[in-house]
Amino acid sequence: MQRIGVFVCWCGSNIAATVDVDAVVEAVKNEPGVCFAKNYQYMCSEAGQALIKDAIKEHNLTGIVVCSCSPRMHEATFRKTAEQAGLNPYMVEIANIREHCSWIHKDMKEATEKAVILARAAIAKVNLNAPLQAGESAVTKRALVIGGGIAGLQSAIDIADAGYPVDIVEKSPTIGGKMAQLDKTFPTLDCAACILTPKMVEAAQHPNITLYTYSEVEEVKGFVGNFNVKIKKKARFVDSTKCTGCAVCTAKCPSRKGGNEFNCNLDTRGAVYIPFAQAVPNVATIDTERCIHFKTGKCGICQKVCSAGAIDFEQKDEFIEEKYGAIVVATGFEILDVTKFDEFQYTKHPDVVTSLELERIMNAAGPTKGTLLRMSNKEHPHDIVFIQCVGSRGNTCRDKTYCSKICCMYTAKHAMLIREKYPDVNVHVFYIDVRTPGKNFDEFYRRAVEQYNVDYIKGMVGKVWEKENGRLAVQGVDLISNRRIMLETDMVVLAAAIQPSKGVRNIATMLTASIDTNDFLTEAHPKLRPVESPTAGVFLSGVCQGPKDIPETVSQAGAAAVKVVGLLAKDKLVTNPCTATPNELMCNGCSSCARVCPYGAIDYVEKEVNDHGKREVRRLATVNSALCQGCGACTVACPSGAMDLKGFSNRQIMAEVDAICR
Amino acid sequence: MTYSYFPGCTLKTKGKDLDSYGRKAAEKLGVVLEELEDWQCCGAVYPLAEDEIATKLSSVRALAAAKAKEQPLITLCSACHHVIKRVNNDMKTKEDIALRVNNYLKLDEAYNGETDVLHYLEMLRDKVGFDNIKKMVVNPLKGRKIAAYYGCMLLRPSKEMQFDDSENPTIMEDFIRAIGAEPVIYAFRNECCGGYMTVNDKALASKMANKVIASAKQMGAEEMITACPLCLYNLKENGEDCLPIYYFTELLAEALGVK
Repeated sequence: MQRIGVFVCWCGSNIAATVDVDAVVEAVKNEPGVCFAKNYQYMCSEAGQALIKDAIKEHNLTGIVVCSCSPRMHEATFRKTAEQAGLNPYMVEIANIREHCSWIHKDMKEATEKAVILARAAIAKVNLNAPLQAGESAVTKRALVIGGGIAGLQSAIDIADAGYPVDIVEKSPTIGGKMAQLDKTFPTLDCAACILTPKMVEAAQHPNITLYTYSEVEEVKGFVGNFNVKIKKKARFVDSTKCTGCAVCTAKCPSRKGGNEFNCNLDTRGAVYIPFAQAVPNVATIDTERCIHFKTGKCGICQKVCSAGAIDFEQKDEFIEEKYGAIVVATGFEILDVTKFDEFQYTKHPDVVTSLELERIMNAAGPTKGTLLRMSNKEHPHDIVFIQCVGSRGNTCRDKTYCSKICCMYTAKHAMLIREKYPDVNVHVFYIDVRTPGKNFDEFYRRAVEQYNVDYIKGMVGKVWEKENGRLAVQGVDLISNRRIMLETDMVVLAAAIQPSKGVRNIATMLTASIDTNDFLTEAHPKLRPVESPTAGVFLSGVCQGPKDIPETVSQAGAAAVKVVGLLAKDKLVTNPCTATPNELMCNGCSSCARVCPYGAIDYVEKEVNDHGKREVRRLATVNSALCQGCGACTVACPSGAMDLKGFSNRQIMAEVDAICR
Repeated sequence: MTYSYFPGCTLKTKGKDLDSYGRKAAEKLGVVLEELEDWQCCGAVYPLAEDEIATKLSSVRALAAAKAKEQPLITLCSACHHVIKRVNNDMKTKEDIALRVNNYLKLDEAYNGETDVLHYLEMLRDKVGFDNIKKMVVNPLKGRKIAAYYGCMLLRPSKEMQFDDSENPTIMEDFIRAIGAEPVIYAFRNECCGGYMTVNDKALASKMANKVIASAKQMGAEEMITACPLCLYNLKENGEDCLPIYYFTELLAEALGVK
């Protein structure tokens, strides 16, 4: 018989305001095995932990139940406490009476009743707990970074500088990401390329970094410290070891109708292309959907003009398999499709552009060579209207509910740059709120207003339409003077919301990393573990976790790198002893368990068994406990109930259910 | 295809053309419209007061009658469609409203939004199909530049109406193409015409109507179509120098050779 102590936490008023903690203590005192029960204001505090330790020693406890918050929050804390008092850490059970009870109930009677039931279930389980010993697993000292934008690059460089090899997988033909498309950056107005390209080169030349561009993660297996990843290196149809990046092929390619993604489709590119002049690697790629050779079998001009003989129409996708100890997700963002916001005429009028398109128009390497021009007639504009929060902070089906965070600052930047370079251009900005928290950010915005006389109008735009003179009419509202206003302008710029890249869902699924309703990756704790995914060994860097600007992205990328380095610096990881074990006498070798195992931990052996005096050789399941993660899928899949999970045995689970139903 | 049909008051008085051409065209298309017996006014305006049920009762009677016949309910007037569709949505999604309405009406069987409400245009698009209409056109309206005027009732609130993209609708333009004419896309096709203000502030109603007309003319429209009797009245009577404006059913009947 166990000697069990029950410790009921108030969590300040988080639990105690809804659950009658005294009543819980009274109710559990007479449960089988319980010989001590007490409540305390903060069980996780030093004093609370001391209370537990003292009780273990004083009452000779063999198991404890802590009725508190989610085990995800403090299970580790209380296991450590028990261990310090000489108890096996796996003799600790948590009854979650906060997230599962006090936070979701209002009625004290109901909540108290439920808290007692949850405590009883945990007590019933501890009665059947047995001490478990954690094992060890080795750590593969290599990191994978998914995404080669500024977030991924910074994480990779920091990990590599600490001495660990890193592979970057980037789906497009070059690293650099969205930042490569930007012209200037706030609040210092230094040029994006000038600060980004050295980082791109540094990553490419770093002895510890391997770049896989035009590549995608195909499959992820394994667990923290031991991920097995399959990477698909898509065929470029250009031999990157031969290509010199001379760009003769890109100039001669006759298929020129398709849009140039790097310039937001404001101009066109050839079917064989290098995304931009500073691309890394500086190697051409053939877009098979546009290539005449792939469509008709003819052409082949690129092959003829390539003096290096790098064009290879026969190239095949390559697959690389590699082991990693840690994975950083840095998949970044994309601009919300604004075609659903046609009150602004984006799909109808070329002078209505998104802010990223304006970024390309302002960029010296962009479609207008950096001259601000209307896209409809290539004339100089005299008035520009910016509309903020397009698709952000809304509550309709086409909006994102969140603030995209970067738009206030880049709009102020655009406004200022335009007023600086073209003082004759009038700039108006419609805003809901101007949000500029950040070092030197508000000063930056005020400079736009006070020094550059940018006309900021608090209010939204309801309609944009083309006037007979070809200019655009903008109808909006000025909430400060409470009147409707009408402006005539040459260009309208939409500060479109940002959202996680499309592929992130797929990647999150492969990594079993959780995402929120907006497809942003969820952090392990919103305040205390902001760069880790709840999935061990997976780390978050950049906008894939939530909207952020470059300074914030770089900080987070560095933080993620530190976490990775902390993991890779360990030689061994403590493994979870709660692994599956088959009962050899009940196993009939049907393979049901092996089929559902996501970690490939189950194998089969031919083994002689002694079944009640009958000796025979049978095909039996065996579990590789180094690979088993204790997910329990096999225990429910086994038709004969032969598979059991240590720490969560079928008997223990049934005892919990019985206690709940009692 | 047999449907319950709710014409509405205006279609029996000022807007007879919308109804009569709609019926003729439907017959030609092989669509049977069975007018509901003893239908009552839809209520004309969807009540925005959250606790209001009295003005929703007549819509629910029509919806329940269609349910009894196990038919989708076809509407034609924009205002009727707006009111009936939204009341139906309330009956489906708002428990307290549904409960109070059912308690009051004491129908044989409680009504909880089971009927499908389709506007005539939706029926053309989703049930008959514009491609099929194109095949049945005997008198294509070739070369006619027609501006579709949506007004506000059909499109918004888009979450409830589920009619088309409220900022960039295409259904009426597709309809215009199906009958052989050329659609003219203009900025104010989905803006309010001001019709509701005509008694209160005629000058304002005129101003708003003029904007719609000017916008259509600017893009080269020669005539306009609408599904709303109030819009048609307002554009025609309060707008200056209005283009010829017809109910869409009239042009459909013309193209099908049954006008």
